[in-house]
Amino acid sequence: MKRYVWLVVNSIIIFLCLLGVWQMAVMLLHVPSYMLPGPLTVGRVAVERFPSLVQSLLLSAEAAVIGLVCSIVVGVGVSLVFAQWRGFRRLFFPYTILLQTVPIVAIAPLIIMWVGPGLNSVALVTFIICLAPMIVNTTQGLISVDENLIHLFLMHQASGAQILFKLRLPHALPNLFTGIRISAGIAVIGAITGELFAGSSRVGVGGLGYSILYASNQLETDYLFALVAAATVLGFLFFFGTMFVEWYFLHNWHESNRSDVPE
Amino acid sequence: MSSERAPAPVAEITMEGVGKKFRNGALALQDVSLRLDKGEFVSLLGPSGCGKSTVLRLVSGLTPATAGSVLVNGMTPQNARQLMSFIFQDATLLPWRTVERNVGLGLELEHLARPARREKVAMMLELVGLKHVAQRYPRQLSGGMKMRVSIARALASRPRILLMDEPFAALDEMSRDRLNEELLRLYVEQAWTVLFVTHSVAEAVFLSTRIVILAPNPGRVAHVVPVELPWPRTAETRLTQAYEEQVARVSRLLRGVQSMQAARESAGGKEA
Repeated sequence: MKRYVWLVVNSIIIFLCLLGVWQMAVMLLHVPSYMLPGPLTVGRVAVERFPSLVQSLLLSAEAAVIGLVCSIVVGVGVSLVFAQWRGFRRLFFPYTILLQTVPIVAIAPLIIMWVGPGLNSVALVTFIICLAPMIVNTTQGLISVDENLIHLFLMHQASGAQILFKLRLPHALPNLFTGIRISAGIAVIGAITGELFAGSSRVGVGGLGYSILYASNQLETDYLFALVAAATVLGFLFFFGTMFVEWYFLHNWHESNRSDVPE
Repeated sequence: MSSERAPAPVAEITMEGVGKKFRNGALALQDVSLRLDKGEFVSLLGPSGCGKSTVLRLVSGLTPATAGSVLVNGMTPQNARQLMSFIFQDATLLPWRTVERNVGLGLELEHLARPARREKVAMMLELVGLKHVAQRYPRQLSGGMKMRVSIARALASRPRILLMDEPFAALDEMSRDRLNEELLRLYVEQAWTVLFVTHSVAEAVFLSTRIVILAPNPGRVAHVVPVELPWPRTAETRLTQAYEEQVARVSRLLRGVQSMQAARESAGGKEA
């Protein structure tokens, strides 16, 4: 515990030092604010425009969460189908690679054309880029069950559904959470990238990506920095959120999340 | 035990002229005939690759025979599954379930209602002496304890036939000996028929009423050795001369099978 506190305090000190160096450099070298604002300027504008900053953050978060949750639901569903019907998996699994390799930036205009700009298309972009890691990881977990465990279930006359839900799915939970962790990381990036293209359905109000583009066009570099900081915070929240969910479900039994030492 | 029974012994497992060819063409078993009467404890011994585990898989119906017939209590193995429990070499516990819920797995899969399940699980945990760890997860247990959980799970569905595939191979000798003694205690109590695969001659002699020695390439029955040791067998049995003589005899037979194999291999080498 003591070591942990020490680590946190150290990290904060280092962070503050970096900010200090940045501030000094900006002041001493007389860098114009539209090129590189100092942290104090960024802080001030963040406070001044706090409501719109938070609004952008929430809009992006909403799109990212919708896309992520949909990708989890659909990804797990598809993986269950893949695990249950091998022929189906052989035929369609290669297409998940297609999902991963298609340049999302290239199809963004199509998506906007189909579902209109704003939340819908941003969430859809997020969903598309989050889907492949979910399917790949979850399927891997579902099909890599020890043969003896399957035999054990068969010896007890287990049905296909029992094998799927009482054996394969719990076995795949660690992989499923790996998928969620990867997808959560790219969900925020996906939402912001989506907003760069799909923007907003209302002028002047949009998520972080849209606002970053807008601030950049207006040469509001200080606000742009505040938005980047907000995006980073959002990424952190997603990361720790998924970490917590993973810990909650796995800490009792899985080696990677052990909470105690075996006697 | 068998001398008390007047009627002819009932065949629990019969294999007649059984062969198993794998999909890659390798012949694992050829013309294996074996009959286990009710209440027998038969161990399968033999060098690796002689198809010991394949015999178990055929009897359990996990893999079909490619020749001959396998009958369990007069039924096909797949139809007789509710009579059998399979105990694997590793404990094959579900790491996400507590000891209690692992033991109850078979009963749960067989749709036994929760209260009845709880009662049975508690009984089984008592039987294998694991009541105090009911709420723990498998990773918090030692190898011997895991194996006990696995045995408790197998016994919970009240099998008549136990199929055991080197269940104690991964354990240290002391745990293995102790579990052997417990297994025999339960065997005498519950009157199972047991088909037991092992690498250990000492274990086979201690446990079995009969030992079947298999020869490899292709797997076939080389010797059938009845074990003439008095019941009940306890830790003391291992100290008797009769036990040592049996172990020596079976070891010699096993070595014979192995040297035969080695000779044939070197001869084959010269030809090639």
